[in-house]
Amino acid sequence: MNEVVWIDSVLRSARPQAIGALLRYFRDLDRAEESFQEACLRALKTWPVNGPPRDPVAWLIMVGRNVGLDDVRRRSKSAPLPADEQISDLDDAEADIAERLDDSHYRDDVLRLLFICCHPDLPAVQQIALALRIVSGLSVKEIARAFLVSDAAMEQRITRAKSRVARADVPFAAPGAVERAERLGAVAAMIYLVFNEGYSASGGEQHVRAPLCDEAIRLARLLLRLFPSEPEIMGLTALLLLQHARTKARLDDDGAIVLLEDQDRAAWDGDMIAEGAALIDKARRHGRPGAYQLQAEIAGVHARAAKASDTDWAAIDRHYAALERLQPSPVVTLNRAVAVSKVQGPAVALAMIEPLAEPLAGYFHYFGLKGGLLLQLGHGDAARVAFDRAIALAHTPAEAAHIRLHLDRLMKESRPA
Amino acid sequence: MLYAFLCCHDEAVVNSWSKEEDAAVLEKRARVTDKLAASGKLGPAVRLMPTTAATTVRMGREPVVLDGPFAETKEALLGFYLIDCDSLDEAIDIAKQIGRDEKVVFEIRPVKLFLPKGKMPAQGAMKGEMIS
Repeated sequence: MNEVVWIDSVLRSARPQAIGALLRYFRDLDRAEESFQEACLRALKTWPVNGPPRDPVAWLIMVGRNVGLDDVRRRSKSAPLPADEQISDLDDAEADIAERLDDSHYRDDVLRLLFICCHPDLPAVQQIALALRIVSGLSVKEIARAFLVSDAAMEQRITRAKSRVARADVPFAAPGAVERAERLGAVAAMIYLVFNEGYSASGGEQHVRAPLCDEAIRLARLLLRLFPSEPEIMGLTALLLLQHARTKARLDDDGAIVLLEDQDRAAWDGDMIAEGAALIDKARRHGRPGAYQLQAEIAGVHARAAKASDTDWAAIDRHYAALERLQPSPVVTLNRAVAVSKVQGPAVALAMIEPLAEPLAGYFHYFGLKGGLLLQLGHGDAARVAFDRAIALAHTPAEAAHIRLHLDRLMKESRPA
Repeated sequence: MLYAFLCCHDEAVVNSWSKEEDAAVLEKRARVTDKLAASGKLGPAVRLMPTTAATTVRMGREPVVLDGPFAETKEALLGFYLIDCDSLDEAIDIAKQIGRDEKVVFEIRPVKLFLPKGKMPAQGAMKGEMIS
């Protein structure tokens, strides 16, 4: 690894802490970003000559702060702005900064930075784009590519999102315990959105969007480093790792969906599975199950099965039942019905999803499962109706193609011999 | 004399490497360590999971179990065990037994890659071992 690549990875990993701290000083997102950018330019100039600093994050914050202050002072001379009110901690001594820079002090800075991206008024796509731009430091071009829109359109979305959060007035004092927990919950949900945006994509787009999954895992790990005792953050990180471990096996060479039971399990990523399992193990000791932990448990049961037929469906049923109690939703019940069909048969599962017809009337997977269950029970005609509905509701060509496979099979079977 | 080489690195940086970058570092190192292995000088090599997977057991009158890595600076790393445990609970239990009546701190960290004879295996050969 050459020096420039090394410096680049240091700057990348320092970004959330550094911008988080600069945001606290300047209370202005643009100024925090700009001064971090300037500090990075100086790092690229001086580190190769003088060698890297002992604490690169502290170095970047210090330089970024000085750059930003110079800039504020220059502007305050030419314009009668009350600069002092915009800047906090003006008289921090440098030694003081260096002393305070350990993980526990970055904690609230990074959390605040992530939390700003989760503003409830922002649609999901803007939350994700903002987090990728500000926290992960992806370029607008990279983000635009991931969302399959033009650079200009993405630039506009990010600008709009930024001006929205600039008006949001997120408090800068250290948050209390309840507020911290709320922020943590919102940030976890946003990270999950980032992951899903990358994961649910399919077909030819998939290779473009996998970086979103990597970014989400990086953010989850960052959050877990800062909040090492939060079982739900362990669960979230485990869930993302366990799902991402299957990425290579999810689509075949033509971009068609490969169902979990048909996937080549040798293609699953053993490192990610092992790390996910270790995190579930840690989380379980807290005895405080949550939605991410339970979903991670479910993914873990699948990951542990060497063959699809080894899957412990009773365990999956149990975890989904717990999830249903914790967070009742038709989609959770639908997922549980899959496990129930394996343990108790398709008739019981079909009865279970019957009441979901109304809430899930527009849901592709509902009709996919219903068709599958009807097929197992020998009701070919009813199955065909459900499959047709599923195709009409499919979001991606891969989803539709998968259902068509079932239909083709039905057609063949119903043809007179 | 046997020497232990403890690899210290900025975790956030290492975690931000792509799979290819990571593999390139391992490959570069293997050019040295494979030679050492061939001459019988190399013992086991271990790569640990991220510190987020760590649990710390601080022994005392009442042992305290903490999430996360060992973070104090007063104590120094003086040795380590490699133990095959069925679960984290078992690992914590073993730590408590080994450290009974001491003031030792154990950081329990799952292992990501274990090479008993230090040599990197041919591509893909590790797979079965790592999942188990």
